[in-house]
Parts: sequence; C-alpha cells; structure tokens
Amino acid sequence: MLAVEDVRVTLGDAEILHGVDLTVASGEWVTVIGPNGAGKSTLLRAVGGAVPFHGKIIIDGTPTSALPRRRRAQLVATVAQQPVVPPGMRVLDYVLLGRTPYIAPLGRESAQDLSIVEQVLDSLELRRFTGRELETLSGGERQRVFLARALAQGAPLLLLDEPTSALDIGHQQEVLELVDRLRRERSLTVLATMHDLSIAGEYADRLVLLADGRVAADGPPAQVLTEELLALHYRARVRVIAGEFGPIVVPVRVS
Amino acid sequence: MTTLRPARLRPGWLAAGIGAVLVALVAGVALGPVTLPPGSVAAELLNLIPGVDLPSGLDEREIAIITELRLPRVVLGLLVGAMLSLAGGCYQGVFRNPLADPYLLGVAAGAGLGATMAIAFRAGAVLPPAAFAGAGIAVVVTYLLGVAGGRDRSSATLILAGVAVSSFLAAIQTYLLQRNVDTIREVYSWLLGRLATNGWHEVTLLLPYALVTTVVVLALRRELDVLSVGDTEAASLGLHPQRSRLILLAAASLGTAAAVAVSGLIGFVGIIVPHVVRLLAGGSYRSILPLSLLFGAAFLALADLAARTLIAPGELPIGVVTAFFGAPFFILVLRSTRRVSV
Repeated sequence: MLAVEDVRVTLGDAEILHGVDLTVASGEWVTVIGPNGAGKSTLLRAVGGAVPFHGKIIIDGTPTSALPRRRRAQLVATVAQQPVVPPGMRVLDYVLLGRTPYIAPLGRESAQDLSIVEQVLDSLELRRFTGRELETLSGGERQRVFLARALAQGAPLLLLDEPTSALDIGHQQEVLELVDRLRRERSLTVLATMHDLSIAGEYADRLVLLADGRVAADGPPAQVLTEELLALHYRARVRVIAGEFGPIVVPVRVS
Repeated sequence: MTTLRPARLRPGWLAAGIGAVLVALVAGVALGPVTLPPGSVAAELLNLIPGVDLPSGLDEREIAIITELRLPRVVLGLLVGAMLSLAGGCYQGVFRNPLADPYLLGVAAGAGLGATMAIAFRAGAVLPPAAFAGAGIAVVVTYLLGVAGGRDRSSATLILAGVAVSSFLAAIQTYLLQRNVDTIREVYSWLLGRLATNGWHEVTLLLPYALVTTVVVLALRRELDVLSVGDTEAASLGLHPQRSRLILLAAASLGTAAAVAVSGLIGFVGIIVPHVVRLLAGGSYRSILPLSLLFGAAFLALADLAARTLIAPGELPIGVVTAFFGAPFFILVLRSTRRVSV
C-alpha cells in the first residue's frame, strides 16, 4: 500500500530525515515511535504531502510526485497532531470538508457526499453532535470528529499523527479501539505516530523505531520494544513486561 | 432522526437580503429635497425594465430627478457597499482573522496617495484612475514583498508586508500634504468618503470590476470554508491554498480598489457587515459572502441617504454616518447573539 524509499527531508537548514525506508502492507497498522525530534511527524507529513522531500514515496503503486493533489487526497487522509478548530463551524460542516477531493472546484456536495458523511457520523456515534459547534465539544468527542472527517475522505490510507496525545487514558483506548474496528470494517491501512510505547505496541501490527532521522528498528512490537533498544535510543531505563497484546513498557527509577 | 442540513445560503436570508436592497433602493430614490411618493418611485423604477409601462403619476421633472440624479447615486452606494462588504468578508476568511478589512493590504494607503497626488497636482479629473492605480500598485507590492519575505508564504508575512507598505505610502502622502497645505481640505473630504455622482459616469466606471469581483469571490466561497482549517489541512484535502488565496485576494482587492477610486475611503462597512451577517446567519462563507454583498449594499445606500438628508442642504461625510450608526447597531447585535468569531 505504501512504500517509502530513501526519503530525506530538509526543513530550514537542518536535514530532519536522513534516508528513511518503510513499507506498510495493505490493511496493516504500522506505528512509528521514537524520541522527541526523531522525525516521526515529519515522516508522516512527507507521506501526506505537507512537506517537500527527496527520495520516493509510492502509494498504491503510484509515486506521490505523479499524483495530482486531489487524487492524493482521495488516497491519503491525515489526522493532524493538533487539527485547527475553525471557530463557529458545526460538526456536520466540518466532516463534510472531508468530501472536498470529490467536489468539483466550483461545485457543492452531492446527495452521495451527504449520505457518505451520514454513514460515517453514525458509525462513530456522532449523529447527535452534528448541529453542535466543534469548539464546544470535549477533547474525546473532538478527536472522533477529526477522525470522521478523515474517514469521509474515503481514502484507503489513514495517517494519524499522535491521535491520542490530548486524551486521558480511557479516551485513548476508546479512540484506538475505534480506529482498529474501522480499520477492519473498511480495510484501511494505518500509519500512526505515538508516544505511549505500551499502547503503541498493543494496537500496531508492526513498530518502526525512528531515532535521529533514521530507522533504528522495524518489526513486531516484541522485537522493537526491548530494554536494550529503548535504553539506547530513548536513554530511558525501563522494564519490559510481556502483556496479552504486546509488551508493557514501565519506566523505572534507577539511582 | 433528524435530517442533515449542511451550511448553505438559506432562502429566507436570501429573500431578506434582496428585500433590504429593494427597500434601500426605493427609499434612497424617494427621499431627498423633493420627497416623492414611494409607490410612484417603485413604479418608475419598474418602468426602467424594458417592456414595462406603469402609470406613476410623476411629471417629467420628477422622473428626471429619479433617473438622472438620485438613481445613479443610490446605485453607486449599493455597488460600493456591496464591494466593500464582500471584500471584507473575503479578507476575513483568507486571513482567518476577524479584524481583517479590505484595506489590510495597502489598498487604502495606495488609493489615498494616488488621490492626494491627483489633487495636489491639480489634476482632479484623473482622481479615480490615480486612486485605482495607487491601490492596485500597493496591493501588488504588498503581495510580492509578502511572498518574498516568507518562505512558507504564510498569511502573517502578507499582513506585515501590508503594514509596511501602508506606512511607507502614508509617509509620502503626508509629505505631499505638507508641501501643498491648501489642498488638505479637499484631500480630507476624499479620505472620509463621498458618493458624489455625475450622472451614470461613476457607476459605469465601477460596474465591470464589481461584476468580476462578485463572480470570482462567490464562485470560490466553498474554498474559503476549506481554508478555515488552515493551509496544511486544506492542502491535505486536495486544495492549493496559496493559489486559492491569491485568486481570492486579487479579486477582492480589485473590487475594493475600484470602489475606493470612485467613493473615497469609506471605513467600517467592510469589517462590520460581514460580522453582523455571520452572527445572524451562521459562520459558513457560503452564506456570509452573498449576504454580505446584499446587506452591505443596502447598508451603504441607506447610510448615504442619511448623509445627504440629515443636515440638508448640507451633507455629512458618509464615513461618519457608517460609523455613527453602524457601531451602536453592531454592539447591539453582538450583545444579543453569542459572540463574534471567524
């Protein structure tokens, strides 16, 4: 579904990514982890087309450089780390923005666009919020609305940049369970970034550890979340405990 | 289960806007030093439509007052109000800033300098083209500086460039005024705005630009809604944010420059009308823009009516009227609805 080949990104004068390779199979959930400043978000932004890059990013067999913007938006949907909340915009209108890549430049939403949005709203249990203004929603509700807009885009590849960073632990689990369910129902491919390592491992098929703009490890959670790798790249002292859905990473104080 | 109703221009609000324009039109034509019965005025206005011939009971002199004196001025007021309000709403959306007005990128300073030069060099006949050229040059320079200054071409660098260009042009204008003190009164009266007409001359000057601006801005009103999620997310939805912004700003600035060239600097309309519309009819640009056009037109035509009748035979500067009546009304709307937001 997605192949990233030797991708380099320079922001300002600094090269952030120094040749990253990554593949995500169709229907797979891959989560990128790594310390602050490792380039996780930059990698997602490159895939989403938000930053220029050198190298090759191939989505569904087509290099993104050959994809017109609208076509790319039909293939890749992004939930940004901190999406802009337009003041005064109602939930329904916000989710309808997701249909933009299908609406002719001077046209407006068709009945089909509306029914797709309706279905997304129902499946995310957002129906009762449609008339509310996005600003008035709680963090967990908002995250579901952001997700709804991305799903309305109808793209097979979903990019989630820190989808749970603003949520408490219960809402984190709720949102990730939701993503997992939608992934199965709609056979979506998910590429995410996440800070919480235990949660990252529990939900992803595969983890990619990014450190200093390079891939330091790539594999099933049990192979990536090891005390040695985390000590090396995060300079963190942790215990890794085997859990039912993946390793549990517990920070420990050593004096 | 409720049906989903996406943000669109509601027919009720559209009818209210058209009604406001018609009321302003009839009132503006009927009232003045010679008051004409509104029914007869309406009949004469309908008679302007080819194929309509209604009895109005007015004599030739009164009909001449309507078609040659008052109607051009009312139509000019409608057009200028429509342009300033539409451009103001467009600027607020493009910059995602509730304080944006159509003069933000140097239109006012550029037009002001052009007009001052025309007056100072005793070339009053070329005042409209001079003001128009000044406004156009100022916006183009602002845009080029803004694009060159910010690698990301963000709207913040554009606004800062507008501030710099405006200050620079204002400095030249002040210098010119100092050197030609005898022209201060005339320049000042232009700066406050005036809707003086000489037959249909001003209307025909403004009309082509007004049409282009209206068509372009209204055609792109859905893109303004998409731009409200910011450039990065708008791009991820398949839009070209910089391109959309350039087209919208060019169109809005064109209409503003043309309006300013024939009417001077009328403040307040471009910032207040879109906000009132937003508060009353909802936050989508799909309704804000067309309704700003209609209510802005009606508001300015009525403000001009007040300007020329309140202290008749004298005339108030229209900018004074728009602010004096517009500000309290705006506060009223602000207090009776929830809040102001873009």
